[in-house]
Amino acid sequence: MIDVKGLDKVFGGVHAIEGLEFSVDQGQVYSVIGPNGAGKTTLFNLITGFYTPTRGEITLNGESVVGMDPNRLAERGMCRTFQQMQICMNMTALENVMLGRHLKIRSGLLSSMFRLPALYREERACRERSKELMEFVGCGNYINTDASAMSYGALKRLEIARALAADPKILLLDEPAAGLNATETAELEELIRKVADEGVTVMLVEHDMKLVMGISDRLLVINYGRKLAEGTPEEIRNNPDVIAAYLGG
Amino acid sequence: MFSEFLQYLFTGITIGATYALVALGFTIIYNASHVINFAQGEFLMIGGMGTVAFMGLGIPMFFAIVLAVLLACLVGIALQRLAIAPAKNADVVTLIIITIGASIFIRGIAQVVWGKDYHVVPSFSGDEPIRLGGAVLNTQSMWVLSIGTVLVVALILFFTRTLIGRAILGTSMNKLAAQLVGVKTQMVLMLAFGLSALLGSVAGVTVAPITFTAYDIGILLALKGFVAAALGGLGSGLGAVVGGILLGVVEAMTAGYISSEYKDAVAFSMILLVLFFMPRGLFGARTVERV
Amino acid sequence: MFERFLNWRMNYVVVLAVIVFAIPLVMENPFYYDMATQIAIIAATVVGLNLLVGYAGQISLGHAGFYGIGAYFSAIATTTYGWPPLLAMIVAAAVVGLVAYIVGRPILKLKGHYLSMATLAVGFIIAIIINNEGQMTGGPDGMPVAPFSLFGWELSSFGLYSFFGMAVPGHVAWYLVMAVILLIAVILAQNIIDSPLGRALRSIHGSEIAARTVGVDTARYKSLVFVISAIYASVMGSIFAHFSGFITPAIASFDYSIVLITMVVLGGMASPMGVILGAVALKLLPQFLAGFQEYETAVFGFILMATMIFMPKGFYPTAVNFVRGKLRKSGGEA
Repeated sequence: MIDVKGLDKVFGGVHAIEGLEFSVDQGQVYSVIGPNGAGKTTLFNLITGFYTPTRGEITLNGESVVGMDPNRLAERGMCRTFQQMQICMNMTALENVMLGRHLKIRSGLLSSMFRLPALYREERACRERSKELMEFVGCGNYINTDASAMSYGALKRLEIARALAADPKILLLDEPAAGLNATETAELEELIRKVADEGVTVMLVEHDMKLVMGISDRLLVINYGRKLAEGTPEEIRNNPDVIAAYLGG
Repeated sequence: MFSEFLQYLFTGITIGATYALVALGFTIIYNASHVINFAQGEFLMIGGMGTVAFMGLGIPMFFAIVLAVLLACLVGIALQRLAIAPAKNADVVTLIIITIGASIFIRGIAQVVWGKDYHVVPSFSGDEPIRLGGAVLNTQSMWVLSIGTVLVVALILFFTRTLIGRAILGTSMNKLAAQLVGVKTQMVLMLAFGLSALLGSVAGVTVAPITFTAYDIGILLALKGFVAAALGGLGSGLGAVVGGILLGVVEAMTAGYISSEYKDAVAFSMILLVLFFMPRGLFGARTVERV
Repeated sequence: MFERFLNWRMNYVVVLAVIVFAIPLVMENPFYYDMATQIAIIAATVVGLNLLVGYAGQISLGHAGFYGIGAYFSAIATTTYGWPPLLAMIVAAAVVGLVAYIVGRPILKLKGHYLSMATLAVGFIIAIIINNEGQMTGGPDGMPVAPFSLFGWELSSFGLYSFFGMAVPGHVAWYLVMAVILLIAVILAQNIIDSPLGRALRSIHGSEIAARTVGVDTARYKSLVFVISAIYASVMGSIFAHFSGFITPAIASFDYSIVLITMVVLGGMASPMGVILGAVALKLLPQFLAGFQEYETAVFGFILMATMIFMPKGFYPTAVNFVRGKLRKSGGEA
């Protein structure tokens, strides 16, 4: 589904990502791990169009997506969440999720201004689907709450609901478990599994090893922007390079 | 032909130097607090009008200037303490309106205290012009340029060599880190406003013999300074100086060769063009959007 | 029933309608009507500007320029060239929409202070052109404008009309027409806000990054709302030209742009009722300050500053929150 070849990103002379190659197959849960500052978030930003690669090729279902804006990528079924959550605090929780369905809505300016029946129908369907998704991620109690009044953990799930509202084919989650307690993390693992079971490809950046090892089909380990290892959780666990990097080699 | 060009160039550089000082004032405050201070022009007005008023009381010119500059610094510090500091978490638009409100307020007070008349400040060193390559150069223009140069050099030394200057610079780069190493950020902000007022008022009094002065000259000068600062790139000291001179020269050339009615239109078209192609001005920081 | 009304998105429009139509019952003085009509025109302008500033979070310090183009286009087309006023108004709006689209597309890529600089520059350039093309616009002295007329029926402040048998003087007729236009302007704006389009606009304000990841073409939406708000300004400019019968370049000036944006922020961004109250307050304030004579400017600046310092969200939302807090408190005690 995603193929990355010879990817380089240089910030003012510093190689944040260097010569990265990997591919993610449809339906996989694919995790990227590595020490702080290894370039995981930079990699996500490159894949999702927030950064432009210095060199290299990224293809999504065979189409090159280098230099494409995030909104164009969204049209191709890619959606993501952020380590620094990006929630519209000037809206309610439900409106945030409804925003996720932006691309599914056809009504334009005129039907908006004059509130034509087609718009009304579309909005109702959008609202119902968004409520379902909020229940799905476990935010059902917050439907009419202002986003600014929600707890950190609830917002993390809300962001996932918004991403799911776009009916993504591939979902990128950047440290979804950061700041969550053990119970919340367990719920999150359950949630990611449910999403993957529905056929959505999931890419994950995460520090919580227990979560990552339990849920991933494949893992990519990067350090200083370079690939250290790639493989199944079992292979990664037994890889001497990874052990060295993580246990202070 | 050439003498004409030289004449426009002199005029442009002189007025450009003034814009550069206003733009530097913007830059100092912008760096310290990310506020665009629309009341910046009022500092120039206080410099010019204050000098006129103090001289009217029989105070010799030099001391009148010093008093006027001190007055402007006080107003600058008061502006930070009383209007900007209490509104710390406000939106950008809200802050813009606050500084515009402050500018109207200061102008209103000046109008009551000093009246609505236009005033002439005498030249610092007589009215005998200098002839240079067929062009005429006022001695006051020389004053503007040399005082401008001295101020710029002094600023550079201040920001690179003194502890306070570095503290201001540090705060503008990373507020939290500066606080952690013991910099009192509120103090720094006050200093920034005071310093900016100092620059503005000195510029105001130096240029007053050329342009006249009145209670309402501030707003246009503030706008020109803002144009110059944006042209150079907000936050860049070099940008402010280059932007100011460039703006002054373009204005003077337009007024001379095209039409004086449209000199401001050309200046504003120039800033639009620059921003189209360089969204952060000529020397603005190229930052990467962090997500 | 009452509960449903309280939760209805358009409830304030009803309140507004009651207020604007109750005014003729208590007001007679033509000078007051003149004021009230001017307030309605400017209020409708800022309702449009609010879509850009309050909802999409983009600054414009040059909107008076669009107001000015609308006014002068109508003035010149009807007075100099004898076009029908409605046609002139529509063509003016189209021209302004086009101008706003052409300049908006590149400048809305800018952020924060650079955007305020660019919009300010656009407004200034328009004002300078109006000031200097004296042959067409009358220059700084201004120009007269023909009264508004539609299919031979003329609306003038000095006329006398009959409405279902009631005699209505011209100034009242103008006021009533403008009151209806204001209500329409508010309803259209509220519909936009409550639509998916409005949601996309608000998301640009809330988090542009979030908006882009879910597929909002932020550049397109920003220029769309810029064009909509410019068209609001243009239409109101045209109406103002016909209403006042004489226009000067002051209506296109930087000062006037500041007045417009101040109304938005003062009353309360992202709240149509708030910005309307902002327009009322800013238009009436000088009337009350006239008693202060020479202190007028200083007091005006002071009030502006103090309101923004102590009520950074604007006075309407502050007041609403205050009342809600009181209600909740008394409800809790009961």
